[in-house]
Amino acid sequence: MPDAPGLELILAEINRPHPGAVFDTSFDRDQPALIVDPGQILAVLTWLRDTPGQEYGFLSSVHGVDYLPAQPRFAVHYELVNRERNERLRVKALLEDPAVVGDSAGTPTGAAEPAPGPAASTGIPAAELLPHLDSCVEIFPTAEFQEREVYDFFGIVFDGHPDMRRILMPEDYVGWPQRRDFPIGGEPVIFTRDEAANPGWWE
Amino acid sequence: MAAPVGTDSSSGDSLRDQELTATGLKSELEQRLPGAEVELEPEQEIMTINMGPHHPATHGVLRLVVELEGEVVMDLKPIVGYVHTGIEKSCETMSYWKVIPFVERMDYLSYFFNMQAYCGAVEKLIGLEIPRRAQYLRVLHMELNRLHSHLVWLGTTALDLGAMGVYFYCFRDRDRVLDVFEMSTGQRMHTRYFQIGGVAEDIPAGFEDKVRELISVIHTGIAQYEALLDRNEIFLIRTKDVGVVDRERLLALGVTGPLLRAAGEPWDLRKEEGYLAYPELEFDVPVGTVGDGYDRYRVRLTEMKESLKIIEQCLDGLPEGPWIADDRKYVLPPRAELSTSMESLIHHFKLVTEGFRVAPGEVYNPVESPRGELGCFVLADGSSKPARVHFREPSFVNLQSLRDMTLGEYVADLIQTLAMLDPILGGIDR
Repeated sequence: MPDAPGLELILAEINRPHPGAVFDTSFDRDQPALIVDPGQILAVLTWLRDTPGQEYGFLSSVHGVDYLPAQPRFAVHYELVNRERNERLRVKALLEDPAVVGDSAGTPTGAAEPAPGPAASTGIPAAELLPHLDSCVEIFPTAEFQEREVYDFFGIVFDGHPDMRRILMPEDYVGWPQRRDFPIGGEPVIFTRDEAANPGWWE
Repeated sequence: MAAPVGTDSSSGDSLRDQELTATGLKSELEQRLPGAEVELEPEQEIMTINMGPHHPATHGVLRLVVELEGEVVMDLKPIVGYVHTGIEKSCETMSYWKVIPFVERMDYLSYFFNMQAYCGAVEKLIGLEIPRRAQYLRVLHMELNRLHSHLVWLGTTALDLGAMGVYFYCFRDRDRVLDVFEMSTGQRMHTRYFQIGGVAEDIPAGFEDKVRELISVIHTGIAQYEALLDRNEIFLIRTKDVGVVDRERLLALGVTGPLLRAAGEPWDLRKEEGYLAYPELEFDVPVGTVGDGYDRYRVRLTEMKESLKIIEQCLDGLPEGPWIADDRKYVLPPRAELSTSMESLIHHFKLVTEGFRVAPGEVYNPVESPRGELGCFVLADGSSKPARVHFREPSFVNLQSLRDMTLGEYVADLIQTLAMLDPILGGIDR
């Protein structure tokens, strides 16, 4: 594993060809992580995969995280593995929530809900209020399903993904269920025996 | 470029491409051979069929949209999510120790591995060392679980290929493994045996004899399956050189576990990560050469034999001592102490009502499940509930390789390849 000084070396080396690509490093519980500029995520992943001496060629997991009280709020984590040296490295792309940023800047009406529904009423298309990130399917084909999963649960859109749809939730589902401000248990389960008590429940 | 969101762009494209190439070819031939009668064979009609979601050969609620030309698979798209239950979301509302029974139920054939991935992640977060006896007991139960999982896989796969007898023999032996689980944990499935800090109970008297008896039974069983399948002509024809994907492509697709090892890549996290007692135990990592269905079968069967070796070593070298860590901030005090010690009562009350708090941090903990790398990501925000629990499910990731494995193969081989993939839909959908 690269330790804390090792991470600083990686940071310096990446930032030489890609200035500003890596903001920071963290070494917590023996797990190294790079915090990168989301705009340059592909450059960083490609560099880590192809540079001699790094060669993190296996992407084991991509997952989204919502650090709600913190800003920037969202993150996409890439768990990279170098199989020869058996080293793991986490790459974190932190993303602002554009819905909140847009509200505080332009519309003082108080629609601070990050859900696309109320935000759409301000005239901004819902798709533009979602955070965007470049898809890494081209360099790591394994990310295809996992990026769809992140999109499904967090509403992070991966630009350039060949098939950006929901994967586990129904296709007509509204909302991003793994966000921390998404309520749990809000959806009543309609059993057939209750149909009479709920006329028109399907609407 | 922004990808179109919420639209299905790919279905039907391949059909249109083919018509274009066929007409293009015809006009090109007419240009090159003026005057000659050019007649192409009429195009085979491409048929799109739905396999599943309710189909016995999909091993769960998996839907495959398959485009067939005659009997040949031209395109394939897996559609998942039918048994999505939001376990990851529910985990965020539970205190750390209450999450364990939830995550067990994801991949319902490898519950000990789910528990180890999660408990290991929390133990890394709080920096808790678990006693040696607990490490051995965990390894012992995980390897028994691997046997159980591979036995179910072998039975259902053989059933898909028409070998009804193997199915019955495998389930007979699998039940004996479950008997052992019942003896040590009280449950046959979803045992909730692993706790944060160790295991829930010590093994009962007579457990060792029962496991040793099981080992010999499974040895006999494996010999029996080998006799039934290894040189069975039907089995060989159905599995040899079917569903081969080279290992570079498998690695790019993130495939791990027996599928990757069958293609000749000796990547096993038990060796690489060296968690729990694995570095002290001696076992081999079986690899295949070709990466076809037969290699996948042989790799899994050999893995079962290696598991038996590990179980035997665990019984021989089982250290004496406590089976759960002695840190009262994280581990329940022994029941007997509650009536004598005020301190214990307070700790017990705190742990059961609120649970323990974990300092902010995040950890990704991978383990080698029967299907590959099972990783658990836990984010702690300082409260007594995890802020995020995410599972990197090997079935979910491995399923992406199904398209590569089946393109250009017959639809009958699709059944076989899917069975060899060993997807567990509870794990895929979570």
